Amino acid sequence: MNEIHVAASAPVGTVTGNRGLIVEEPLIFEQGTDTGSGVDLPEPFDVPDRLGDFRRTGPIGLPGLAEPQVVRHYTRLSQKNYSIDAGFYPLGSCTMKYNPRLNEKIARTPGLGDLHPFQPVSTAQGALAVIHTLAGWLMELTGMAGVAMSPAAGAHGELCGVMAIRAAQEAKGNPRKVILVPESAHGTNPATAALCGYSVVAIPATAEGRVDIAALKAKLNDDVAGIMLTNPNTCGLFERDVREIAELVHGAGAFFYMDGANFNAIIGRVKVADLGVDAMHINLHKTFSTPHGGGGPGAGPTVFSEALAKFAPLPFVKKSGETFELVETRAQAGADAQPFGRMKGFHGQFGVMLRALSYAMALGKDGLKQASGDAVLNANYILARLKDTLSAPFEGPCMHEALFDDGFLKDTGVTTLDMAKALIDEGYHPMTMYFPLVVHGALLIEPTETESKQTLDLFIETMQALAAKAKSGDSEFFHAAPRLTPRRRLDETLAARKPVLRWSQKAD
Amino acid sequence: MAKIYFSEEHEWISVEGGVGTVGITEFAQEQLGDVVFVELPEVGATIDKGDDVAVVESVKAASEVYSPVSGEVVEINEELADAPGLVNQHAEGDGWFYKVDLSDDSELDDLMTRAEYDAFVEGLE
Repeated sequence: MNEIHVAASAPVGTVTGNRGLIVEEPLIFEQGTDTGSGVDLPEPFDVPDRLGDFRRTGPIGLPGLAEPQVVRHYTRLSQKNYSIDAGFYPLGSCTMKYNPRLNEKIARTPGLGDLHPFQPVSTAQGALAVIHTLAGWLMELTGMAGVAMSPAAGAHGELCGVMAIRAAQEAKGNPRKVILVPESAHGTNPATAALCGYSVVAIPATAEGRVDIAALKAKLNDDVAGIMLTNPNTCGLFERDVREIAELVHGAGAFFYMDGANFNAIIGRVKVADLGVDAMHINLHKTFSTPHGGGGPGAGPTVFSEALAKFAPLPFVKKSGETFELVETRAQAGADAQPFGRMKGFHGQFGVMLRALSYAMALGKDGLKQASGDAVLNANYILARLKDTLSAPFEGPCMHEALFDDGFLKDTGVTTLDMAKALIDEGYHPMTMYFPLVVHGALLIEPTETESKQTLDLFIETMQALAAKAKSGDSEFFHAAPRLTPRRRLDETLAARKPVLRWSQKAD
Repeated sequence: MAKIYFSEEHEWISVEGGVGTVGITEFAQEQLGDVVFVELPEVGATIDKGDDVAVVESVKAASEVYSPVSGEVVEINEELADAPGLVNQHAEGDGWFYKVDLSDDSELDDLMTRAEYDAFVEGLE
């Protein structure tokens, strides 16, 4: 039995309960029959049955459906989804920028799209050229000495970076024990450090939302293997003391990992090598416009300084004369290289790399510079126009995202969560809520360069109207939201206390 | 007669006969919201003052619980496994987390009385 009961949308008075083209869709298991099938399989040959007692006696539990039923089911589910193709998606820290159709066209080129990873390298030279060319772009844009292309996501890239730091410290004779992580860093940073066997020591933020240098100095010692700093940080602020931080860290014999998830705010403008960075991952699925959200593949290539480049993992693409080879073993890598190992099967997320290269080449270096400028301009426009309506905990200007707290909701009976739910009814995906943790009831808005001024103005006016409604005392409006979604507020407590993790047949 | 003390990390400890019962305060449960899971230390574990000994997870956040004193864990509240909501209903009673055999009674001197804690919380709001 499904024990989780949630309020359905407000009734609309239709005979079916459907809302126009938004159809009440049962689970696929509730639709199929045990005997139905969408495939016409031939009768099996008449062969002796050797299964004995192992022969299945009950139904297999898969829904039997015809192909159009399956297509309709998943199409209807997809219609309940929200995406960047459907509208403004200001989810802070996630960089939900538009995914250009050109990327998809390139990715569907048969010579690239139909490749198989087991193909002989001699027949996949074009694909290796793509990986090699993108690697060149990433090193050029960051000014760094090396890059590992295989990490499959941002956090995987962090892992790659910290494993290289550990390998470098071990090569010096002592892996050390501690990774420093400022409070304003991404939540994955401490998780990565812990996974690599380090203990995490937090560095507090100053009142203006940046790393406290005095606290950093106090915590640096011979036990510190490195620091993981998100820059621009999750308050949407550039760590302006970044070079001093790098010098302090290097002075203590430690390495500087910069979380590059927010590289979209500085691409084309800042060469991270100039900041003293030793390793940084780049989220191709954010900065380079490849699709993400909903579990689509990401890619987190990690760039390295001279000091760490030789520890980069296998495999990598090497160009010899006019041919490309895939270096897969330590022996192939050469005497100087000390790869710490391998992070992933094959060579990484090729389809994502292809789309990223398409984006980079379509925009060019000047276009990428304009993209980061427009992203920062859009965020500052939102900050400037909303800071008197909402409450901004830190003085601007900001980078690619604008951070607000819930001070403007004080004594209204409306919370950040209620505000987000009300936004859904207005046709927007809510911003990131309650993150970063350093401010109370955070609302983190990242518009990206995708959006036009018209879109931003409409969103700003919506926020202003909602804030005015909250301040006018109409808290009931917010507590009842969302009204227009296929389901209304979920009972999160019941769902967490009594999770129903799989479907089971209802008793008749 | 049990005597109750409070920490700045919003734990309470009620001490009687050298054994302290530890939980989180009414203020802490209010801030956390509906508690959905509590991870407790193991009976027999030796803990130091300030150690993160338990985790309390709500629909909003997961937070660590720091031991207000040093000693040995002698009992844990098994009921929280099936009924984490006890923390919301009776934070300073049935929703207790664990009992600890204190190794150093003088550590209690660093903690706050009810009146001091109430004033401390007032200062946060």
